[in-house]
Amino acid sequence: MNITEKILARASGEPKLEPGDVKFAKIDKVMLHDVSGPGVIKTFEKLEKDGVIKVDKLFDPSMIWVTEDHFVPSVDKISAENIVKLSDFTNRFGIKKHFKYGMGQYGICHSMSHEEGLVSPGELYVGGDSHTNTTGALGAFACGLGHTDIAYAILHGKLWFKVPETLYFKLNGKLPENVMAKDFILRIIGDITTEGAAGKAMQFGGDGISDMSVESRLTLTNMTTEAGAKNGIIEPDQKVFDYISERGISEYDAVYDDDDAQYEKTFEYNASELEPVVAKPFSPQNVSTVRETNNIEIDKSYIGSCTGAKYEDLVAAAKILKGKKVKVRTEVLPATISIYKKATENGLTQIFIDAGAVVGPPTCGACCGAQMGVLAKDEVCVSTTNRNFPGRMGHLESKTYLASPLVTAASAITGKLTDPRDL
Amino acid sequence: MKGKVIKYEQDNIDTDVILPGPYLKLHEHSELAEHAMEGMDPDFHSKVKNASIIVTGNNFGCGSSREHAPIALSASGIEAVLALSFARIFYRNAVDGAYLLPIEIDEKTYSSISENDELEIDTKKNEIMNTTKKETYPMKPFPELIGKIIEAGGLFKYKP
Repeated sequence: MNITEKILARASGEPKLEPGDVKFAKIDKVMLHDVSGPGVIKTFEKLEKDGVIKVDKLFDPSMIWVTEDHFVPSVDKISAENIVKLSDFTNRFGIKKHFKYGMGQYGICHSMSHEEGLVSPGELYVGGDSHTNTTGALGAFACGLGHTDIAYAILHGKLWFKVPETLYFKLNGKLPENVMAKDFILRIIGDITTEGAAGKAMQFGGDGISDMSVESRLTLTNMTTEAGAKNGIIEPDQKVFDYISERGISEYDAVYDDDDAQYEKTFEYNASELEPVVAKPFSPQNVSTVRETNNIEIDKSYIGSCTGAKYEDLVAAAKILKGKKVKVRTEVLPATISIYKKATENGLTQIFIDAGAVVGPPTCGACCGAQMGVLAKDEVCVSTTNRNFPGRMGHLESKTYLASPLVTAASAITGKLTDPRDL
Repeated sequence: MKGKVIKYEQDNIDTDVILPGPYLKLHEHSELAEHAMEGMDPDFHSKVKNASIIVTGNNFGCGSSREHAPIALSASGIEAVLALSFARIFYRNAVDGAYLLPIEIDEKTYSSISENDELEIDTKKNEIMNTTKKETYPMKPFPELIGKIIEAGGLFKYKP
């Protein structure tokens, strides 16, 4: 079995599982945020009113963690009420791990999962958000779900899963300078399309992956969602163990591929052939090299989200912006408070402010069109985020180009889509 | 079930257009219904007065995990979506939350059905009758567990 099959087999108490098998499996960790949390609360209220269930206690409050990210700091009365409801819920059921904005560490759920060491290798982790796939880079089975499934998971501690086929992406060699993990995953989505991995696992391996930092790997698994994948996953190695050990995790039961692990299909990429790319409006599969776009003029540059505002992403952006001035409105929203703090301690915040960018609080923000920099009609944005569907970041007739932090920062100082190699 | 068809001849209709992001803070089903399909079809609300079935292409419901998307469609009066294929979370939400029937159809069926056709869906026989055109099409049967969850009325009512 491969790593995905083995984690699902272990969690469902089966000696062996194959793609297509459907089983109920025990859940190790569950995440809720300020959108899926109120959704779960509503689901419980409705089912209790209909007499289907009675919710006196949850399966195990210690398996649940909650963060606030989409509409925080609260943007209006409705989002403020959602935060109050969420706090009432975690108080009522004894959920201790509730990361609240304005009370120390909090941030975008997927970035919190690795920054805070909330999920360990070998675990079965589900979250009420599609980019839950991100955390698979730590060697966990991590999968996004809607709030009915999340409600079921926190009440019963289990959920049904169909064992996915696995697509294996092998990267040979080290990424060239100025090419980032974001360029690699966009290239893959351009090649296989937004339904190329529908319902499947996307596993990454090869010496190019071993060479990558944990944060770069998280960028890959994060955007497996855009290819339709059920989960993204990477076998854990010493880099992962060091990373989680720095975050206080010392006990885990890591899982690896068996020697005879099977994949539905293997795709090989040579790192030396990869280039800085963008996904053009209005789909993440609409990929071309930055140079092919012939310097399209932009109105905004957005460095944020679970995909593109990890510490390493901010370091990449700062490398370009240091000592320069932005030509277009530029926002930097670190993904969590811990990342914000580290960026400030190491002088990155100062570099962004000196360049003219605005640095804001951790939030999903304009990535999902929620707040803080949403786009006007006809505005063109280059962004480190993950989706560019119509209206995703604001007006239906705004345009978003998805890119790496290096491309996004380089474009900020020229006012045009810019390959960092051409600066 | 039976009803009239709204047809969207395109692939990859994503959850951002089915229910745009700014409305994710809403959770009342009736409020979500007001914004259904706001990102792509301003005429949806007038169409859905007389129709309850959407027919569309591949990868319907791709994008985010927002359960708001099937809720908004269901609360607007949509009872079934017939698509060449579905994105996994939309499909799972539709079934586990018992909002609407996600039915997979083949290319021939997809091209045979027109806007405003009246369909009768028989999930026991796995057949779709087009009473306007006097035609019958196959539907892909639900996998065993999915069928049981649908029959039970959603995941919480299903007894494993």
